Amino acid sequence: MASNDSGALQADTIPKLMLEHAAQRGDRPSIREKNLGIWQTSTWQQVAGEVRALACGLAAMGFKRGDHLAIIGDNRPRLYWAMTAAQSLGGVPVPLYQDSVAQEMIYVMHDGDIAFAIVEDQEQVDKMLEIQTDCPALKNIIYDDPRGLRNYHQPQLLSYENLQQVGREYDKLHPSFFEQQIKQGQSDDIAIMLYTSGTTGKPKGVRLTHASVINSAQAYANLENLSESDTILSYLPMAWVGDNLFSYAQAYVTGFSVNCPESSDTVMTDMREIGPTYYFAPPRVFENLLTQVMIRMEDASAIKRKMFHYFMAVAKKVGAKILDGDKSVGVADRLLYALGSFFIYAPLRNVLGMSRVRVAYTAGEAIGPDLFSFYRSLGINLKQLYGSTETCVLICIQPNGQVKPDTVGPPVPGVEIKLTESGEVLVKTPGIFKEYYKRPDATAEVFDAEGWYHTGDAGYFDKDGHLKIIDRVKDVGKMAGGALFAPKYVENKLKFFQYIKEAVVFGDGRNEVTAFVNIDLEAVGNWAERRNLAYSGYTDLAQQPSVVELITGCVEQVNRDLSKDTALFDSQIRRFLILHKELDPDDDELTRTRKVRRGFIAEKYKVLIDALYSGKPSQYIETQVKFEDGRTGLVSADIKIQNVQSYAATKAAA
Amino acid sequence: MSQTQRNIGDVVLALNNISLSFGGVHALSDISFDVRKHEIRAIIGPNGAGKSSMLNVINGVYTPQKGNIVFNGNTRAQMKPHEAAVQGIARTFQSLALFKGMSVLDNIMTGRNLKMKTNIFQQAIRWGAAEREEIEHREKVEQIIEFLEIQQYRKTQVGRLPYGLQKRVDLGRALAMEPSLLLLDEPMAGMNVEEKQDMSRFVLDVNDEYGTTIVLIEHDMGVVMDISDRVVVLDYGKKIGDGSPQEVRNDPAVISAYLGVQH
Repeated sequence: MASNDSGALQADTIPKLMLEHAAQRGDRPSIREKNLGIWQTSTWQQVAGEVRALACGLAAMGFKRGDHLAIIGDNRPRLYWAMTAAQSLGGVPVPLYQDSVAQEMIYVMHDGDIAFAIVEDQEQVDKMLEIQTDCPALKNIIYDDPRGLRNYHQPQLLSYENLQQVGREYDKLHPSFFEQQIKQGQSDDIAIMLYTSGTTGKPKGVRLTHASVINSAQAYANLENLSESDTILSYLPMAWVGDNLFSYAQAYVTGFSVNCPESSDTVMTDMREIGPTYYFAPPRVFENLLTQVMIRMEDASAIKRKMFHYFMAVAKKVGAKILDGDKSVGVADRLLYALGSFFIYAPLRNVLGMSRVRVAYTAGEAIGPDLFSFYRSLGINLKQLYGSTETCVLICIQPNGQVKPDTVGPPVPGVEIKLTESGEVLVKTPGIFKEYYKRPDATAEVFDAEGWYHTGDAGYFDKDGHLKIIDRVKDVGKMAGGALFAPKYVENKLKFFQYIKEAVVFGDGRNEVTAFVNIDLEAVGNWAERRNLAYSGYTDLAQQPSVVELITGCVEQVNRDLSKDTALFDSQIRRFLILHKELDPDDDELTRTRKVRRGFIAEKYKVLIDALYSGKPSQYIETQVKFEDGRTGLVSADIKIQNVQSYAATKAAA
Repeated sequence: MSQTQRNIGDVVLALNNISLSFGGVHALSDISFDVRKHEIRAIIGPNGAGKSSMLNVINGVYTPQKGNIVFNGNTRAQMKPHEAAVQGIARTFQSLALFKGMSVLDNIMTGRNLKMKTNIFQQAIRWGAAEREEIEHREKVEQIIEFLEIQQYRKTQVGRLPYGLQKRVDLGRALAMEPSLLLLDEPMAGMNVEEKQDMSRFVLDVNDEYGTTIVLIEHDMGVVMDISDRVVVLDYGKKIGDGSPQEVRNDPAVISAYLGVQH
């Protein structure tokens, strides 16, 4: 295992690592947070003190070994410390998505037998109090930010400061308690429980051990030579395995510093100020950044715009090759690229806050080839990796210098991969989880007799041994004619257009493929503005004839691409419609990680699917929507159904 | 939100028999009402009822021909706006009066002007006392920025912000004075529902956290009924109602002024 090979780590749990850092690099920054406009730094020594007070406080309140601690809020140092505090006592932190509505939290709070919760602010406290009747086990609610809570007198509420005060007194009475508790921790204890997004069925609690978390963090740290001098920005939901690995576990393994943005709206500015050296984001974040850059470039002066387009063309031609160390790039091109770097790429990297990024990762879903090469051509070493919550994101990574946009690279050293007949990817990895909480049946389902973990993803190796993922095994279907149908593959092709935000493709067991499309309000809105097209909102804009035409163009382009694919040429889209509302996790149409729930959508919008296949020119529909504050409203529209040209299969292209 | 648990105190501001006219136009005639410490007091009425004139009388822009004002126990007939400011009365404006070319931070900083002790020359050199003072004031301003959740606009020019946010900056500048009495002139005019909800929350939070007494003019009845403790109703410069939102809502005189009378 990686941790043994490197020999650097003696500590085998996260809290032990914390004590080690406090002793070895006590004055180094561990975590920063922007407060009142100034970055406030906590050193490893201070962190150890904070965690100690908190852990003792929790113990004094009756938190025991094996108990679960719910953690809900934005990325705040105090919430990260709460994770460590729980782990110090041998408990298990259970981070929840902070934007979930109260009703969605009931399931997890119930399933996780949660008695303690540490939450960020009034918003989350209100949710906890709302679900009290459904979750009577929840006895202690600790809040970080007291704003607006002055008149809350519920006995189960306690402020973070008060809890730490209780802890300090407890610590005085039991001075060796904290160290003793940490010493008791074993590497195969559960370090964290993360609930899967529940694309299918109810969410399941994935229990990761200290060993799997540390192994995974160590493997990536070794690959990229991460050290205490690295810096990252932590802004992704704490309930996501990516954040737990990259901004928590890895910080404890390597000792690098983590920076929490002021609020979710200031991430762009905070990122520029911090200048992270190591960056992790799902594709949609990269996509949003690119969209913003493109929109702002459209508004720039003519000279700037010309320069941008000229040098971006240069970058597109040679940028990625230079980054990969390709020797075939000529001197003239290198000079031109250097010039572009001075005028365009470096300033652009600075605006994006990526001037200092040594390595950037993306994962979670497929990234568009254009998007991917845009960042690489700018000189940002963006790489894809492949993993899941169950494997603590440790399966495949694109190695430096051998990055191909459509694969996820070869297995990480120490990971074994096997493919089944049906193309399912099976793995053995040191990052593997222990079990699903209270679900031995589900655990048994994903592990076979030889201990292989079934990922549920379908894929294959290309000639260089890089893994290519096409879809979920269960989603790969057959069309009525017998041709292969991989909906996600087609959806991703659609979503790679900046005007298309979300797409849902249907065709399993049918003669033809059809699609629902969500337009990207920002990109299409901007496009409409520049054409002096008046619109009142999403629903109106989506049904404008010229917008339908714009999207038709995109779909035709996808069809042209698909016609060249030997296996999937039958998946060309024959008809599509633009949905009257944006798909939203609040309406259960997407998971909290914004994955499409195809089955649910197919059921909810059955009328529309029937209309797509009956060849009607339009269909009227009314839909209930849920607003952020829990109220509901009605959206109705007459939706146009658009036929698209399809192309004869041209197998010669390959 | 539990309004009942707040400690509403003694009368801090009393207006006695105020009459104000411009030539032959009687803007206000013989109006009396009081404001208690820590309460949210709303002034409502149809257009031209004299609501803004009332606020202008309170903070000394207009001097009433008749009547007097008792603020914190001091009786006065007239006072200049800057004197009102020194005494702790701050206000926001119906039509925004922000410095559009300046950043959000600088705009709110201007609200601290009265509290600054160093003179212009010290500030120009920005050394010693002036620097210490700026740091101190900046901290207060940052607290307000956090309170109003406008961190991401800190360095943005105010003129480039949407209207709803400009209103928030206007409130921020008034708060920077750390007023004991805050006058809000239609803080929610021209806002959409979400912006109104945000603003209502800020008004309630200001009242709750800083203990500021608030007098506000508002047209949106829903907002007034939800957040205010007591309401004064004006019509054509006369007071036609005064009491809790519930009482005012059921007052026949108020209903007829707002909804018209059946003939």
